[in-house]
Parts: sequence; structure tokens; C-alpha cells
Amino acid sequence: MDFDLSEEQRLLKDSVERLLKDRYGFEARKRYMSDPSGFSRELWKQYAELGLLGLPFDERHGGFGGGPTEMMIVMEAFGQALALEPFLATVALGGGALRLGASEAQKSALLPKVADGSLTLAFAHTEPQSRYDLADVATTARKDGAGYVLDGKKSVVLHGDSADKLLVSARVSGAQRDRAGIGLFLVDAKAEGVSRRGYPTNDGLRAAEISLANIRVGADAAIGDPGAALPLIEQVVDGAIAALAAEAVGAMTAMHEVTVEYVRTRKQFGVPIGSFQVLQHRAVDMLIAVEEARSMAMLATMMAEEPNAAERQKAISAAKAQIGRSARVVGQGAIQLHGGNGMTMEYKVGHYFKRVTMIDKMFGDADHHLALLARSGGLIAAS
Amino acid sequence: MDLRFTKEENAFREEAREFMRTALPEPMRRKMVEGHHLSKDDFIQWQRILNKKGWAVPNWPVEWGGTGWSPVQQYIFLEEMQLAPAPPPLPFGVQMLGPVLIAFGSEAQKKRFLPRIANIDDWWCQGFSEPGAGSDLASLKTSAKREGDHYIVNGQKTWTTLAQYADWIFCLVRTDTGAKRQEGISFLLIDMKSPGITVRPIQTIDGGREVNEVFFDDVKVPAENLVGQENKGWDYAKFLLGNERTGIARVGASKERIRRLKELAALERVGDRPLIEDERFRTKIATVEVELKALEMTQLRVIAAERQRKSNRPDPASSILKIRGSEIQQTISELLLEVVGPYALPSEPDHDEDRWNEPPIGREWAGTAAPTYFNTRKVSIYGGSNEIQKNIIAKAILGF
Repeated sequence: MDFDLSEEQRLLKDSVERLLKDRYGFEARKRYMSDPSGFSRELWKQYAELGLLGLPFDERHGGFGGGPTEMMIVMEAFGQALALEPFLATVALGGGALRLGASEAQKSALLPKVADGSLTLAFAHTEPQSRYDLADVATTARKDGAGYVLDGKKSVVLHGDSADKLLVSARVSGAQRDRAGIGLFLVDAKAEGVSRRGYPTNDGLRAAEISLANIRVGADAAIGDPGAALPLIEQVVDGAIAALAAEAVGAMTAMHEVTVEYVRTRKQFGVPIGSFQVLQHRAVDMLIAVEEARSMAMLATMMAEEPNAAERQKAISAAKAQIGRSARVVGQGAIQLHGGNGMTMEYKVGHYFKRVTMIDKMFGDADHHLALLARSGGLIAAS
Repeated sequence: MDLRFTKEENAFREEAREFMRTALPEPMRRKMVEGHHLSKDDFIQWQRILNKKGWAVPNWPVEWGGTGWSPVQQYIFLEEMQLAPAPPPLPFGVQMLGPVLIAFGSEAQKKRFLPRIANIDDWWCQGFSEPGAGSDLASLKTSAKREGDHYIVNGQKTWTTLAQYADWIFCLVRTDTGAKRQEGISFLLIDMKSPGITVRPIQTIDGGREVNEVFFDDVKVPAENLVGQENKGWDYAKFLLGNERTGIARVGASKERIRRLKELAALERVGDRPLIEDERFRTKIATVEVELKALEMTQLRVIAAERQRKSNRPDPASSILKIRGSEIQQTISELLLEVVGPYALPSEPDHDEDRWNEPPIGREWAGTAAPTYFNTRKVSIYGGSNEIQKNIIAKAILGF
């Protein structure tokens, strides 16, 4: 039982936080957002130089050899900074699928490029009808000689508009919601037949709706076993949820800090409004929600690579549910305690609020994960 | 960062579990599972079983009978005891007075009282609250006037838990009425058999009689029963209340109640299927399970941080544990009430002295649900109400 970071991890935390502190001012962030890709290509290079883009990959694939704890450290810092770069999409999701499911040849060809910043990825899995059901895949992969032909629609693909390559899930066999019969394929984002409609998301990041029409890929495009990729997809998503939980904790921590600072300095009736007990208690409720989220993000980090899938999924669901519930308490409280100022685009707090609200809607909201957990029998066995 | 328990800690858990399995008398375990009141003899018997094993006062220094366990081991032990479920060791001696005497008491007091606490030869109760001094404890009025080598104590204490069984009471008394409120308070040990003490039971809304009023009418207390220095009692009380907060999360006890909840929800039927299969009900259970997991992880973080703390003052984060721990206990008691449904209504006596020999009116597990729910309202009130805890957090953590 040890909650401390190692010396190396502390160094990582310090260097990421320092870089983001220097480069992620409020105005700078607005500037990055106005880039067509919606983030800073220059910072992306710096992340590569710092080793962040190869963080979870093996050293022989140009990586840093880090694990979920290192991912947690970086994501928490990104959450505090409200970073816009496609780290989750490229490193956690796309990179995660390659790291956990790809052949050695695929890994050697692709991961070094991800690590050096020259290749960005997106995880094109969810579809307009699937909501949070990971097994609901209507996109088809029809066997064609040695390869496959893909057809279908993918929705809300995070950073799908700017990614160089897409990891596309598609059904090789079975009915639309069968657990069996799903494959995962690497598709060039600029391939003929791929059409992408990019858009900004409500938290200032980017995503895309993607149509795939008659796209021919070779057998070597399959990541893992075509027809049995759902466990891989679940594991990748669980890792991404752990990462998102850490990001949310970073955002909530910062949101709580600026709120406490605000009520301490804002004066009404001739006194700082933080002298009013009713506001103090709301700030305390927010703190409790932040700490509960932090505890559960740590649990998610610890369980992200748990080989027992059932145990892993229970812990991840519990963490995601907590993150969603905490995000409401902290986010809504932060806006309320800022009064009118919480409503303006010119204050940072609103941007944090929007980010944590959107995080709840990614990979299953609190209710979805509570239902999953309930259906699986919960965390504690009956006596 | 490695949040798993070590091999040694897991082995220790097995040892503690095995001990609970073999040493806890079955009738006592049944009472705990079914939510019945424990008798005085139950408390004493269990404490002596623990003492015989050398596990009666794990939180004390080894020289006074402590086990020398790490904070994590103490946590595991407490959790296994709650999971068994075994009776909670009476907190007044082991958790509250013992550490105060060890930190601030005289050698003679330690020698005289500590071994008797460990073996529950003396039953202690706590005399802090008064009718006019609840959350505002420092406004207490019970007075102790020094006359020669005695104090003369006059006044009234209230909410005194299990005073009806007590041999001794530790009291906060006012020894200086001129000083600033907190600076005129002393910590006094009083023999409950002293002339001038009257105990009057207070029946609580669940029908139970676990709390009392205690009246002091010219009670003579030897001056040697003063703990530490005169007028420094407030410091000792704060030390004591801080110790109380860490144990108050009761993670293991809530886990055990959730097990029970699931067991009963599988027995109760709604239409043609068990209640546990009802989507809404099982989502409610899952919700509290998530809250409990978050509490558990937070508790472990507080314990881990203890190693690095230099001051012996309580971590203000323990107020978070108190708030959430109590709220979760209340939620679970509410769900247990929901499980029994209409059989929550019949009122059945639940005291050894007046338990009937008749069969239960409803299902055998239904009778205690409503009284337990009523009784559990106390947990967000005692030990410093949750609102007071929020004041502590606002001041000590947020800097308001």
C-alpha cells in the first residue's frame, strides 16, 4: 500500500507541469484552438521530445516504458491545463490498441512514429446508434481475397478530423450487437472512401463523424484477431477511462482551487463572500467530491492493466461513475460560487466545467456505468 | 504508487479473519448480523477474548499492551472485525481515554487505569456534552471547584452512551470561570459510584436506551484524578475527538451491511422475482458501493499520509471520512428499510430484559430494520456533527 510517486515519476510530473504552466495560458489556449487541427502542433513536438508520446510503449518501440501511473500523472496535468492536444486519442486509445493488440511487425512500424510525434491516431469505434454499448457495431468488414472491405459510419471520433490513421472497428460476422465477430482495422485517414466531417466539441476539442465506403484494406491492417477484437477494444477503452479519470481529477482540482480563491477575494456586503458559511459548506462539498474522484482515479489506474477482465471492468465502471457524479458537484458548484462571472467565456472556470461535463459523456456516463456494475453483481458479494 | 496490499499485509488479514472466524461466539455474531442490541455481557466477553489474544488495544504503545502494528495493519484488523461482524470494542476506554492517558496522564493513572481498560475491568463512559453544550462544546458549565485535595463537581452531562453500565466517567469540567472559555476546562476522571451521581436513561427514537443524562450534585473527586494540567482539558479533548474521527468511517461495517443487504434483497420477492433483480434497486446498491469504495480508498490515503505527518494532531482530512462514512451508513440503513417493505411497520421489543419469547411478527429479519434506520440518524450528529466537520474542513484545509 503505497500512494507515493517514485523519484522518476515526480520528475515526470514536474517537467510536464512546468511545460504546461509556461505554454498554456488562457490566451495561448485560445490561439491553439484556432489552428485548423484545433491544437498546437508545436507543443505536440515538445511532448514528443519530453517522451510523452511514447510514454506507455516499450523502449524498443521508441517508448518510455511507463505504465498507468505515468499516464495518470500526464493526464492529470493535461486536465489542470485544459490541454487540447490529441494525447488521449493518439497515445491512450490508438496507441493502446496497437500496444495491446498489434503484431510485433505492426508495432515496430507504427509505435516509433507515434512516439516521435509524426503519426497521430484516432479510435473510430462508436457509431450513431451504439451510444455506450461497445459491442454494438454495424460497420461491416467483408472478406475480400486476403483482405477486407469496410463499410459503415463512425460517430464522435475524438480528433478524427486531424488523425493520420484510424483504428476502425467493423463486424466480420454476427448480428449488430453480438460480442463475437468484431474486428479492428488500421485505415489510412486519407484513403479513398473515407469522408470526415470534423467539428469542434463543446469543451473546445475536436471530433469527427466518419463515413467509410467500400474501403479496401489488406490482411495486415487487422489489429489482433479479426472476429474476436471486442476484449481488446474493452481493454483499450478501460485504459482510456482510467486516463480520462485522471484528467477529470486535474480539471476538478484546478476548478476547485480557482473557486476557493474567488470566494476568498470577491467582496460583497463589505466582506469576502467566503466568510459566509453557506458558501464555505458548498466549497467543502466540492472538495469532498474532488477527493473521492481522486481516490477512484487512483483505483482505476491501479486496475487499468488488471488481467482479470471482470474485476478490471468493475473497478473502471466504479471509477467512471464516481468521476461523473463528482464532476457535477464540482462543476455546478464552481459556476454557482462564481456567480455571473462563472457564466462568461472570459473566465477559466466555465471551460473546466465544460470539459468535465463532456468527459462524463465519453465511454459511458455515470448512470451507464452504475447499471453495468449493478448487472455484474457489484463490488461486494452477498453474505 | 502501488495500491495493493503487500504479501505480509494479506497474510495478516488471513490471520485476523481466521481469528474472528474461530474466536467470535456464534450467538454474538448472529446478533450483529441481525441488528439486535448487544448486552453488557456481550461487550465484556468479546473485549476479554481480544485481550486474551493480546489484540485488545492495538492502537496503544507496546509497553501498554499495544500490538506494534502499522497503521495499515490496524486498519485491516478493524476491517476484519467489522466484517466478521464482531462487536465494536467499546470506544470510550480503548479509543478515547486510553490514548489521552498515554499522552497526558500521570504514571500512576496509566498504571492504575490502562490495564483495566484493556480487559474492560472498568467500563468507561464519556462526559462531554451537556444540555447547553452540544456542537458548542466549549460552553460547558459543569463545574469543579478545588477544595483541599478534592474537586467538588456540580452540573449535568447528557447523551452519555451506556452510562447505565459504567464504572467510571471521564468528564470535561469548568475549573476557571474567569478565563477564555476554552482555557478554563479540565479533564477529570470520576468514579460513577461516588455519592451525588444520578443516571437517568433517555429513550431514543428507535426505542433503545443507549444514552443517558448524568447529574452531579456536590460530587467529591480526588485531585489525583485530574488528567494533565488544570485548565488544559480542551487540548486533550481535541486530541481525543481527532482520534474518534478516523475510526468513524466504519468502512468494514458498511461492507458487511451491504453483504447483508444483498442477502436480504435476494430473499424478498417483488412479484415473481427477487428484489435484487429489480433494476432500480440494484442500481441504488451499486451507487452506495461506489461511494463506499471511494471512502475506502480515501481512508487508505489518509492512513498512508499518516506516516509522513510530523504533528500528532489529527489530519483534517479525517473530517471527510467522518462525513462520508456517516452518510454512507445512513444510506445503507435506508436501503435495508426499503428491503423489508411493509414488515417495517410492526414494532418488536429488542432488549434482553424484555425480549419476548414469541415468534417474530413478520419475516425474522424485518423487525430491526426500522429501529436501526431511526438509530442510524445519530451517526451524522455524534463525534462532531457533519456541519461542524465542514466548518473544520473550511478552516483547516480551505483556509477560510
